[in-house]
Amino acid sequence: MEAMMFLLVCVSSAAAQLCAPDSPHSYKVRLSIKTALGDDARDVPFQAMLAFAMRTAGDGQNYNVSNILVCDETPRVSFWFVVTSPLDQTLVDRGQVEEAVRKSRNRINSAFLLTDKTLEFLGIPPTLASPVPPDTPPWLIVFGVVMGAVGAGIVLLLVTSVLQKRRKKKKDQTGIEDDEEEPRVKENGAASDGVYNRSFSDDERLTQM
Amino acid sequence: MDTPGSAEQMQVDEPKDIAERPKWDNKVQYLLTCIGFAVGLGNVWRFPYLCQTYGGGAFLIPYAIALVFEGLPLLHMELAIGQRLRMGSVGVWNSISPYMGGLGVASLAVSFLVGLFYNMILAWILWFFFHSFQSPLPWRDCPLNLNHTGYVSECEKSSPVNYFWYRETLNITPNIEISGSLQWWLVLCLATAWCLVYICFIRGIETIGKAIYVTATFPYLVLTIFLIRSLTLDGATDGLIYLFTPDWETLKNPDVWLDAATQIFFSLSLAFGGLIAFSSYNVQKNNCERDALIVGCVNSFTSIYASIPIFAILGFKANENFNKCRNWNILRLTNSFNIGDENITLENYNDWFNYFNNTDPSEVESLNLKTCNLQTFLDESASGTGLAFIVFTEAVIHMPGSQVWAVLFFVMLFSLGLSSMFGNLEGVLTPLLDLHVIPAWMPKEAFTGFICLTSFTVALIFTLGSGNYWLGIFNNYVGSMPLLIIAFFEIISVVYIYGINRFNDDIEWMTGRRPNLYWQATWRFISPLMLLLVFVAYVVVEAEKRPTYNAWNPDYVNFPLADVQNYPESVYAICVLLSVLPIVSIPLVAFYKFMGFLKKYIMNRRNQNPYENE
Repeated sequence: MEAMMFLLVCVSSAAAQLCAPDSPHSYKVRLSIKTALGDDARDVPFQAMLAFAMRTAGDGQNYNVSNILVCDETPRVSFWFVVTSPLDQTLVDRGQVEEAVRKSRNRINSAFLLTDKTLEFLGIPPTLASPVPPDTPPWLIVFGVVMGAVGAGIVLLLVTSVLQKRRKKKKDQTGIEDDEEEPRVKENGAASDGVYNRSFSDDERLTQM
Repeated sequence: MDTPGSAEQMQVDEPKDIAERPKWDNKVQYLLTCIGFAVGLGNVWRFPYLCQTYGGGAFLIPYAIALVFEGLPLLHMELAIGQRLRMGSVGVWNSISPYMGGLGVASLAVSFLVGLFYNMILAWILWFFFHSFQSPLPWRDCPLNLNHTGYVSECEKSSPVNYFWYRETLNITPNIEISGSLQWWLVLCLATAWCLVYICFIRGIETIGKAIYVTATFPYLVLTIFLIRSLTLDGATDGLIYLFTPDWETLKNPDVWLDAATQIFFSLSLAFGGLIAFSSYNVQKNNCERDALIVGCVNSFTSIYASIPIFAILGFKANENFNKCRNWNILRLTNSFNIGDENITLENYNDWFNYFNNTDPSEVESLNLKTCNLQTFLDESASGTGLAFIVFTEAVIHMPGSQVWAVLFFVMLFSLGLSSMFGNLEGVLTPLLDLHVIPAWMPKEAFTGFICLTSFTVALIFTLGSGNYWLGIFNNYVGSMPLLIIAFFEIISVVYIYGINRFNDDIEWMTGRRPNLYWQATWRFISPLMLLLVFVAYVVVEAEKRPTYNAWNPDYVNFPLADVQNYPESVYAICVLLSVLPIVSIPLVAFYKFMGFLKKYIMNRRNQNPYENE
């Protein structure tokens, strides 16, 4: 913050008239220092970064720190800035500044270790990073795994039942009567297990010979 | 002297059938299958919603009354009748009286139709399950629009979860008349769901009995895990207080009683014929009274147990949204008045707000600060698919380790639904087996495969763009009124046509004890009366309002609010058809049998030849 104040003092006298808030060529920048860095707020050489951005994206002109003018600082750590062309000290057009910032946004962010949310350029929406779509959507992979397992299971069950039937047929051919009798006997056994037919027992008592 | 009278008849008529009837491996399998059939998706996403809407703890009173006077008697009756007559629904009602054979056909039709749309819900659950293995979860962020400057407008106006559900999953059309095309991803999921059902169902209760050990117990494990996790979340207590605070005033509202009665009824899966089918595979000497009490009470306990983690998590979600709302306000104030950031916190927000409002009210006004009210966020609950796929998925995003919770949740839902599907399909398979419509050469595996394949083909309508609207129709018109009618005729048939005394004797023979006064009173008078009342009230309530549905229309003026539309005439005709078709078999079969009887009677009168033997 001290460095900032120093730069401001140096520049403000010369550039007071060029840089004003809400002027058509100026942009507002807002930093959420505390949110981003906690209590460890650091010096931010903002003007140097922006000069770099203008240099790389601009029209080849050699911008340097003195071309970035800053004003109207607030405790919120927000301020307005304008960019002057190094050739003739006129204010650079908004569109160019916007493009430059957009292109180097990542650089600016990483230089300050801030993000799009904590370093805001009001009026320049960040280009949202689109997630890289994978070649095969992951859900298809999971689907393939599940379907494969289920398919294998179905085939297995069908094959075992076919084999079981063949084995049963072979047994049937050797002992056909036994098989027919067995289930009926089983069933009758189960049904007569419970019912206590009193009529028979009564008969037994009466017809004791 | 006529103790197992009808059983003797059965044995004489179809000895081979009884001889080869499959059996449960053990009692636990049977109980778990019945519990699994009764405990379904409704326990998780319908009961908590009703509890919250109808005054929390107070709702438990009409719910308990409905369980005791309607649910348990019907449940006991179905289990007893299936166990006694050892046949599926069609065979059972045919044996009780040939005129009531239509009841079985009606149960069969309803089971089939419900199975169609129920498995579509399982397909949706699978879709979400497949997508839970990504980081970040796909319903967390909106996708970008074409030139990458912002988010897709439909998503921005509603929310990422809504967009994921309505657009990326359903790709829903703006109204039911626009059918759209088959969504291939949903077709794949539906095919997977039917394959999973088939593999468990392939040999009837043989394979179901094995699968049920997992599908019936796993949900309880997951619910417990969620319970423990959810109670440690912020805002959980808000949700629980909201759920259980009794509002005794709601008991004066007749809707509460109607909803409690219908909820118990549908929750226990009565009148589907599935319970009759399951108990028909039992040995006859089995205590069905105790089974009914166990299944009924476990079902209700599960509903209450499930609502605790659900509402704790909903409270957490409401809390998150509430804080987000307040933080947004704080940011607005901070930026507009250029205060150092993080000077305004949640705690001192009110002080700062009052200060600014006093010094610069016009500026504060222009900020359009939101009114953040925790109650509004808590009221944003939902039931049905809305709860699972919108509300809960949003809550899961905020929990650390979202993927794990999402996977657990969707596997739990799938198990719950799968075990209920078993009951639906058994309600279809067992009567068909008993009717001997299957040629002898066809193995059971092929026949169950055929049922699954047919159901899959017909259910493809739910994979259309308008599929969700059709599912709503099926859910409201098939899964409601026909069941009430079937249940009413069931209890009348057993008590007055079969004879309550005969039925009491049967139960005494099976369990060793005659049913006590509670069962007698409920079977003879209370339950039929309650069913009749519920049915009449239901018809009156439904007939009063013109049937409407909620459409998702991005071009609607008040989007993202639901666009309430009336059903067009043709669709309304289909709704009526769906309600009437299953139950039309009851009078039809009775009429047909009566015609046959009349014909014989008239022929006898004409040919009164003393030498002619009939």
